[in-house]
Amino acid sequence: MTRHHNEMCFATLEHPKPWTLKAYESVGGYRAWRKILAERPPRRDLIEQVKASGLRGRGGAGFPTGMKWSFMPDCEESYLVCNADESEPGTCKDRDILRFNPHALIEGVAIACYATGARAGYIYLREEFTDEPHFRLRAALREAYETGMLGSDIRGSGITINLFDTLGAGAYICGEETALLESLEGKKGFPRFKPPFPANYGLWGRPTTVNNVETLALVPGILRREPGWFDGVGTEKSPGTRCFSVSGHVSRPGNHELPLGTPFADLLELCGGVWKNRELKAVIPGGSSVPVLPAEAMADLNMDFESLAAAGSMLGSGAVIVMDETTDMVKVLQRISRFYFQESCGQCTPCREGTGWLYRVLTRIVEGQGTEGDLKILEEVPARIEGHTICALGDAAAWPVQGILRHFRGEFEHYIRHGKSMVGPS
Amino acid sequence: MSDILTSDLCDRIDAWLGRFPAEHRRSAVLGALREVQKEYGHLTPERMDAVADYLGLPAIQVYEVGSFYTGFQHQPVGRHTVAVCTNISCWLRGGEEILAHIEKSLGIRAGESTEDGRIFLKSEEECLAGCCGAPMMQVDHVYHENLTPEKIDKILEALS
Repeated sequence: MTRHHNEMCFATLEHPKPWTLKAYESVGGYRAWRKILAERPPRRDLIEQVKASGLRGRGGAGFPTGMKWSFMPDCEESYLVCNADESEPGTCKDRDILRFNPHALIEGVAIACYATGARAGYIYLREEFTDEPHFRLRAALREAYETGMLGSDIRGSGITINLFDTLGAGAYICGEETALLESLEGKKGFPRFKPPFPANYGLWGRPTTVNNVETLALVPGILRREPGWFDGVGTEKSPGTRCFSVSGHVSRPGNHELPLGTPFADLLELCGGVWKNRELKAVIPGGSSVPVLPAEAMADLNMDFESLAAAGSMLGSGAVIVMDETTDMVKVLQRISRFYFQESCGQCTPCREGTGWLYRVLTRIVEGQGTEGDLKILEEVPARIEGHTICALGDAAAWPVQGILRHFRGEFEHYIRHGKSMVGPS
Repeated sequence: MSDILTSDLCDRIDAWLGRFPAEHRRSAVLGALREVQKEYGHLTPERMDAVADYLGLPAIQVYEVGSFYTGFQHQPVGRHTVAVCTNISCWLRGGEEILAHIEKSLGIRAGESTEDGRIFLKSEEECLAGCCGAPMMQVDHVYHENLTPEKIDKILEALS
């Protein structure tokens, strides 16, 4: 069941000090980068290798990484940016990669810089990572410079790559790649209109690639293994491994890196099953932005891009939020909606106003003041947000409403008719 | 250097400037404001003006950053920042009860500081990425996970 468990991003976990260079080198770390430094292959060859591996972005959208890299033009000044602004509710894998295997990220960023032609890489951490994750990353950066893995004319190769750590200041929206670029430029985090995409107009207007922590941390392992290994793990359309953050009502919440396509049942078992011997009610399978799925739909589901899409949800950020039979789904939605209302940057009217409407209507329902008309509002408002905003935060605020209403409409009706929850004593 | 930006603070801001190409001083705004806040506890228009002067930017460009990000405080707050996560994964495991316990034992609401200036209880809306250790909180950015009321009491008592 635990085939290929924690073999890539979490490969150093068995080591007493997994975050050190020594630990990373003991699992083959920097082998791929050393080879590149020694052989200086055409950068397009590396892009082809990453394309062939089938790696898809692990931040949420699942865009093919090699293809993203291939959009980068040959030019004097371009950048690679690592999105370490991990903040999709339920997701805590990037934090553990930073804490326990920062060198995998550094090697991945260095390789990505080389493959995209970037002269520098920026790793943008959310401010809440100021303590341990940032300390570990900084210590690892120092080690990487000291051992000649980064810097100017690295090991006489003529290759110059510098990496810089930067911090946000508290804004969920900066996880959106163009808002992150604005933030890196010292501005408020307003997402940009696209096109142009960052590969044409990115950081300071220069061609830029933005990749997630897990995506980049996977790259060295893909390149140092024999071709075909990574795409041999997982499924045909979802190759490779994936870090799942399992949280909520399970006995042992935790991060587990497993092949894509692993059955949900296996993942649940690995986490000790539903806690307190209760029954499973529902699962949000990919971070708070994706539609919820009821227990029946999860029972035989495999955790990969296509299976979740077929079931009406998404793999998203890999955050698997488990809810037991006592969970009040109306309150779940109210809590999620409060978050999007709070974190909407306010740039687009449908999102700024719509998220407030959703939160207020849901609060009214939870407080026993809901009316039949409120259900109609909950149906109409998300439809008016979705697809009508500059960035995906609007969609992310709409999808949970649509998902929970689709599967648990009866709970809303009960609140409206009886002024209280049909779940539990309240 | 000014009364506000001491030479030590200028050095710390320079460390952020050093991460960016020389022509992009604006990129150091977030870092500079963070250093100033670390020094003085909160931001004021004068302190933001000093940052704008130092970086050579119109003051408005610094104000809009100072007001956009929730990490920046504009009123005096307690010495230690406590941020309790009540987002979905923590909420499912009692995050709101944890927050209520802290509010009760400190006698303040989220968003307020204790009268002795010891603790600032931050209004937290964002998930803090400690979902597998829920319920959790941060004290001055240090993670404390799998919280219970007893555990919290000990952590809070130890803050000077």
